[in-house]
Formats: sequence, C-alpha cells, structure tokens
Amino acid sequence: MVEHLQSVSQVTLWLVAWRTLFLIIHILGVVCFAYIVAKRLVPLLRAERDLRFDQPWARLEKVLKFWLGQWKHPRYKTAGTLHILIFAGFILLAMRAFTVLIVGVSQNFVMPGLSGRAGDIYGVITDYAATVVFLCMVVAVVRRLVFKPARYEVPARFGKAHTADAVFLLGLIAILMLADSLFEAAKVAGQSRQGQPVEALAALSLPWILKIALLPVALATIGKVYAGAYLLHEVTFYFLLCYRPFGIQFHVETSLFNVYFAKLDREILKPVRWGVSDEHLDQVKSFGVKTFEDFTWKHMLDFYSCADCGRCSDNCPANAVGRPLSPRFITVKARDYAFRHYPVFGRGNNAHENNGTALVGSKDSGSIYSEDEIWSCTTCGACEEECPLLVEYIDKIVDLRRGLIDDGNVPQSLQKPLKALESRGNPYGKMEKKKADWANAKEFQQVCQVKTLNKSNGADTLYFVDSITSYDDRMQSIGRATAKILDHIGENFGILGAAEKDSGHEVRRFGEELLFTALRDHNVDAIKASGVKRIVTADPHAFNALKHDYKDVPEVEHISQVIAREVKSGNIKFNPVENGDKVYTYHDPCYLGRHNQVYDDPREVLDAIPGLKRVEMTRCKDRSFCCGGGGLMLFYEPKEEQRMGVKRVQMAAEAGANVIVTACPFCMVNIEDAIKVAGLEGKMTAIDLAELVDQEMVREEQKAV
Amino acid sequence: MEILVCARRVPDTSENEIELNSAGNDIERDELVYSINEPDNYAVEEALQIAARIGGNVTVVTVGSEDDEEILRREMAMGANQGVLITDEAFNGSDARGIATILQGFVRKGNYDLILTGVQAEDGGAQVGGMLAAMLDYPFASLVNSIEVLEGRKLKVSREIEGGNKEMSEIDLPCVLSIQTGINEPRYVGMRGIRAVASVPIPTFGASDLGVDPGAVGEAAAKVKRVDYFILEFGKGAEMLKGSREENVDKVLELVAAKGGLK
Repeated sequence: MVEHLQSVSQVTLWLVAWRTLFLIIHILGVVCFAYIVAKRLVPLLRAERDLRFDQPWARLEKVLKFWLGQWKHPRYKTAGTLHILIFAGFILLAMRAFTVLIVGVSQNFVMPGLSGRAGDIYGVITDYAATVVFLCMVVAVVRRLVFKPARYEVPARFGKAHTADAVFLLGLIAILMLADSLFEAAKVAGQSRQGQPVEALAALSLPWILKIALLPVALATIGKVYAGAYLLHEVTFYFLLCYRPFGIQFHVETSLFNVYFAKLDREILKPVRWGVSDEHLDQVKSFGVKTFEDFTWKHMLDFYSCADCGRCSDNCPANAVGRPLSPRFITVKARDYAFRHYPVFGRGNNAHENNGTALVGSKDSGSIYSEDEIWSCTTCGACEEECPLLVEYIDKIVDLRRGLIDDGNVPQSLQKPLKALESRGNPYGKMEKKKADWANAKEFQQVCQVKTLNKSNGADTLYFVDSITSYDDRMQSIGRATAKILDHIGENFGILGAAEKDSGHEVRRFGEELLFTALRDHNVDAIKASGVKRIVTADPHAFNALKHDYKDVPEVEHISQVIAREVKSGNIKFNPVENGDKVYTYHDPCYLGRHNQVYDDPREVLDAIPGLKRVEMTRCKDRSFCCGGGGLMLFYEPKEEQRMGVKRVQMAAEAGANVIVTACPFCMVNIEDAIKVAGLEGKMTAIDLAELVDQEMVREEQKAV
Repeated sequence: MEILVCARRVPDTSENEIELNSAGNDIERDELVYSINEPDNYAVEEALQIAARIGGNVTVVTVGSEDDEEILRREMAMGANQGVLITDEAFNGSDARGIATILQGFVRKGNYDLILTGVQAEDGGAQVGGMLAAMLDYPFASLVNSIEVLEGRKLKVSREIEGGNKEMSEIDLPCVLSIQTGINEPRYVGMRGIRAVASVPIPTFGASDLGVDPGAVGEAAAKVKRVDYFILEFGKGAEMLKGSREENVDKVLELVAAKGGLK
C-alpha cells in the first residue's frame, strides 16, 4: 500500500522506474518529431527560391496581427471564436505543458518565474484554459458531426470526407486536456487526503470538478490515477506531436512561419523566377510551375500550413458557380502529392523519377490539377482575403498558367485574343488607328474635346482608356463620361490614342509574361514620351496594372478617387435624383476594392447625390463577389453551372436594389449580360459610377441659374 | 517519319478590316497584319503530334519572300524541326499551278514520307495540294480530319461527310493530305517560344536550287489571273413584319414570290 502520493517520477511499476520510462518517451518523441519534420523539409529544399528574408519588422507586425492577434478569425463568428479560444488556450498552456513534461523526470521542477504567487495565478489560468479548450473540442466535434457546416464537405471529385481525421485530432486534444486536468486533480486530491497543504484549483474548472470526484476515492487509487493520467498525457502529447505533420494540424507548428514569411506586398505578382530580372528572363529554361518542385519553398509551406477550414472555397466565386476550381483543393491536392512523393517512411519515388510529373494534365498520367481548374480562376482575391493563415493562391495559379503557356497548353478560345494582343495590341484584333474613334466621334466632340497627346500636344494628365473602353460600343459611353468629368473639373488631359496598347493586366495574370512585358514596355515608353504628370483611368484592371505592374510611370488614380476628391472640394455638385423608386447598390470591382482597398470613395460619391437611396449587398467591400472576371476572362469559356454575374445580380435583387452601380467596364459587361440571363430586364439596370456622375452633376450653365 | 508541311502567310481575317484599294483590283494592304493560314497551323500541329507518337522530323516550307519568315519562325516555335523559305524573283505572280510546280521541285530534293497542306488558303482556292500530288504522282486525300499511322507504310485517314459522319480511307505513303481545321487543337505559341527561335538560320532556296524552270512559273506562266474583286453592296436592312403569325407567313410568301424565289 502506498502511504502517500508518490511523485510520478518515483513510481515503479513492473520493476520499471517510470522516470526511466518517461525519459525514453521524451527522447523517442522528440527524435521522432525531429525526423518527421526533417523529412517534411526535403521538398522545400528542392523547391525554387523565394526571397522572404527581408523586412523583419514588417513581418513581425504580420505575426502579431495575423498569428497572435488571429486577425482574420472573427470573419467567421462561430468557428472564429472557437479558434481564438483554442489558440489562446494553447498559448497559455504551453509553459504548463513544458513543466509537466519535465516533472516526469525531475520531480521538483518549477518553471523559473512561476514559483509562489505567480505560479498560483498561472495555475488558475491554466485550469480554466484547459477547461475552455476541452469544451471547445466538444463543441467542435458536435459541429463536425451534427451541424456539418457545408464548407467542410468534400465534393466527390476531390475524394473522401475529412471528417474522421478532424474528429480524431479533436478527440486527441480533448484527451490531452482531460489527462492534464486529471493529473492536476489527482495531485490535489492526494494532497488533500494526506492532509497536506493543497494547491488551489480554479472553481468550476475541469481539474476542480475531477478533484471533487476523486476525493472519496482511496489514496492508493488516487495514486494510480495520478500516475496513469500522467502516462496518458505523456503518450498523447507525443503522439499528437508526431501525428500532426501527417495532416491538417501541422499548421500548429507551421503557422507561425507561414505568417512570418507571408507576402508583404500582395498586389505585386510573383516574378517568374525570384532573383531574375526582366532582362534576363530569356535565359530562364522553363517558365512557371510544371512539376511540384517548381513551386517555391514558401508555396510548399503554404500547402503544409492549410488547416482545411474551407473559407477560401466558401468565398470563391468560381467554386460557387460550379466551375472545377476550389482553392482549398488546390492546396489539399498539392499537400497530398507532397506526402505521397516525399513520404516520411521509405524512399517513395521522390528521387529523380518523380521530377517530370506534370501537375496539370490528365489524372491517368499522375497529374493533380485539370487545365480547366487552373483557367477557372478570375484572380478576384476572395480566397486570399479570407485565409487566416495567409496562404497565397493567385501567385500559384499564375505560376501554373505560366507553365501551361510555356508548354503551349492554352484553350483555343484564348489563343486568338492573345495573338491579337501580340500583333495589334488589343484582344479584339481591332486596328490601332481606331483606338481613339470613341473620342473623335463628331457629336461627342461638340460636347467635349479630347486631345490625343503627341510631341506638340501635351497635357498634365493622361486618361489611360484601355482596350475595352476604347473599342466596345457600350463601354465607350464610360470613356465619354470619364472625359466629360475630367473636362468639367478643368483637368488639362489627353489620351494616347493609337499609341496606347492594352495594359496587359490579364495577359500577365493568364501567365503570358513576355507578351505582358512587351505591352508594358511599349506603354511605359508612350507614357513617358507624352510628358504627363499623372494618370487617371476608369478601368480598375488598367489601374491595378499601372499602379503595381508598371514601374517608373507617374502616379495613377482611378476616376472614382478623382470624383470623390472633387465632390469634397465642391467642384462637383449634384442635382437631386428625381426618380424616387430607384434603389441603388454599389458593386465593388475586385481590382478596385479587394486589390486596392478603394471601398469608400465610390460610396461617398453616391451618398453625395441628394435623394439617392443606397443599400448594401450582404457581400460587399472586401467580401465582394466577382462578376465573372475581366480582360481575357471574357473570352474564356468555362465549364460552369451558372454565371457569376447572375449570382451577383440576384444578390443585388435580394438586397432590394434595382440599380447596380459599378466602376469597371468588365463588371458592366458581365452584369448587363447577367441581368438578361437572370430574366431581370426592365427590373434591374446597371450603370457605371462615371456615367451616373456625368448624368447627375450640375453643369456650368445650371450653376449660373 | 519525314513530314513536310506546306504553309502560307495570309492577312489575318480576325484582326483586319479588309477594304479594297482605290483601283479595286486588290485589298488595301498598308495596315494589314499577317499570320499563318489557319488550316496550315492545324497541319503543322498534326505533323508534330504524329512525330511525337512515332518519331520523325517536321519541316515547314513556304513559297514567298523574306516577310514570310515570320510564319516559319512561329511554326518552329511550335516545335517544327526546321523552316524553309523558297523565294525567287521568278516566282512572283505564280498561280496555284505555279506554286505546286515550285513545291514539287522542293519535294523531289528531299525524302518525305508525308506531305501536308492546309485544306485551303484563306485567300486561295484549295488547289495546290491536289496539283502537287498529281505532279509528284502521289496519292492524295483532301479534307482530312483524322490520321492514324498503320503498319506497312499506310495511313488511315478520315474526312467528314454529310451529317458529321466520317468516311475512313487507307492511303499508301508517300502521299499528300490536305488538312481540315478541327483535326486537333493547335498548341499556343508564346512570345518566349518565338524569341527562342528568332535567330535560328532559315535555309533559302531559289529556282536554280530546285531545278525549277523559271519559264514554267511566275506571272508570265500563270494561266489563272485575278482581274477584279467584287464586294456586295449592303442592302437597306431588314424589314420587320408586324402582324399575327398567319399574316406574317402570307406576307413572307408574297415577298419571296415577288422576288422570283417561288415559282
């Protein structure tokens, strides 16, 4: 019979000193974990380079905000709250877990700084932390098994449900919390039974409840529970540690690094090869990502870090309309590929025969992505906006497209516009000399003179029109409205006319890097030659290209920013809107909103129009829903059940709006088409912000009245 | 398999607004952009696919001037092993028979198992392939939309017949085939590919190299000459009938009959 509660390190069972047993488990656990992690790092060492070691302070700021601060989590209320609680619990319990592990081999170990009163307080905190984490596990398991949020589902084409694995891992954490609490409870119960001074347990916490349950039990049994709980904790802890790198919980270890090394300037696309300048691109043997090893090490770390929460795909418009793309599975499939080809045990076929498996292609040849999957992305950025772990998607999609382009695997529907961009500088194959026709039409010239800039005819401001607004009959109206606004506010402006080629925004995002650089270089030369001091555009895609993809060009603004400023300064005033039954809603174009954070200017302009009724759609601002994509996306024929635009128009209708205001010519194409497809003609209209402002602003002659 | 593809550079119909010149005997060519004749591009893709399947060498040849090197480079960027430019002052103004005569001279210098042409040039009349085969005394299949290589120097080819059905034929090698668009999905040629072959030398052959009698080709020998273009005048537009279905049917019959469409 044991007369008093032995320290776990002094227990002997079946002639084995547990201290030795624990020491063996410690060493084994740590060695196993180190081995597994080392194996997981193998592909990262074979990956392409990625320069992410700069700006440590900016990176630490990200860590504080997105990792420690869990910044993205509240965007999903229930799951976010649960995660914040679990994360906080883990952080608080980290030192306790460490102490407990050491106690197994050194009975009197106390973490420095945690003796006496500080230790008591920490004890109370960890009692509650363990309790909260335990309860969160219960809730999480119930959510997974009973409520089954749709975003956790795995469509049949992507394999089997991940529920069992998730529940297993949640269960292990629950057991860990339970074992820890039981260990603590048995210790205090033992102390109490022996009449020793007892450590305080936090009232109503898990250890507190377990202690009460243990008090009536014989001391010898308490001793066994005490030792058993410790063993359970020990085994569970190391099992979890070594099991996590095999699945979604690896993010517990990798997330800190993933956030630290996350992209700092999200708007600048990844270069074809890090460390290779545009001039030396010709020497690069292969473009883009063709095999797994073409990904950068950071992109591979993204694959390991994904927690399978499904938020990316839940917000992905391509996924929502039934296109083959689901960003979550871009990651999951790549991780599975890595696990398969770089296994922890055995050699796998990772050595040399592995190199060369095309990632995109047919399943039979071992590819993991289909071409349609990769072309389905509109690069709207909704997935990246949502990801709590800052996993990058657009760069990967663009890199995969670069690989496809390099091998000539381009959908037939995109080949004509790409060829036309090469020979004519616009995707429609229209003549260069007709680029300024919209401005030179006689009726328009009587209202507003737009000069074409050349050596003898300069201006302060360049209006960069871009292809669609120049050539598309409907969108020319946006161009004219923009010109009239610039004229109204007294801007000395002009256009490049035939000298302006397509901004190449989508050319680059579709992976045709060298065609993009050719277009960019041409435009940069033309802009510089024009001698302008600033650039204005009404096309968010051109805006984004000029702002982030081009270098050494004057500052660029979107017309909505110009209008907002002129409204504030009083240069633009509005007549009251008369038609009282119109309800307006503003649709955020991806490349104005999410990619450039221009959310408020267009709304301020709308709200400055007297009598205009405006409602907000549920999906707005950084959760705006892509209309279907711009540029080359207009030529692509996706496999889908529904158009993105139709979904968007229905969202506007649900919000109670009957006029959709947008600020992008591509949104206009998609939304006007969608209104017809949705059968809402006559009930819903779309108008560009510039058109609306042009229509409602007070003109000179009216001012005088 | 040694494969030769005969290609041609034409004004790109999707990227030009074709207008007549003031004389009315040719189109306005000042601001035109050119590209490879589309069916020829399918022929090159098919040749590349055959070579990839069973091994072989793909040569692309064109009769023209230095400007036409552009399309040879594009097809080399696609994967063709070599491009050949056939050019000679004496060839200017050749009709289809002249072009076939020139190509025949080139084919005889080589050892080609399979000769492909596009089904027709976008500015031509689908004549060269057939004439070339006749001059070489090779078998010829036109409008080919699938090729399967069989044992014993034979091919199985198909062409589309009424209703989307296929007629399958066997043909002996060497032969000439004219390739229909839609036989495959030609791969994309990016800027990178074009730049990679920008400085590859392109061999050039003239009349004397090919043993072609200059008197048998060129404008002087041409027996078919383009004399004029005729462009349809646009009508006044559609007349919309506004009545019940029965009334409209009667009205349509009446209008068609009035124009001599019904007897």
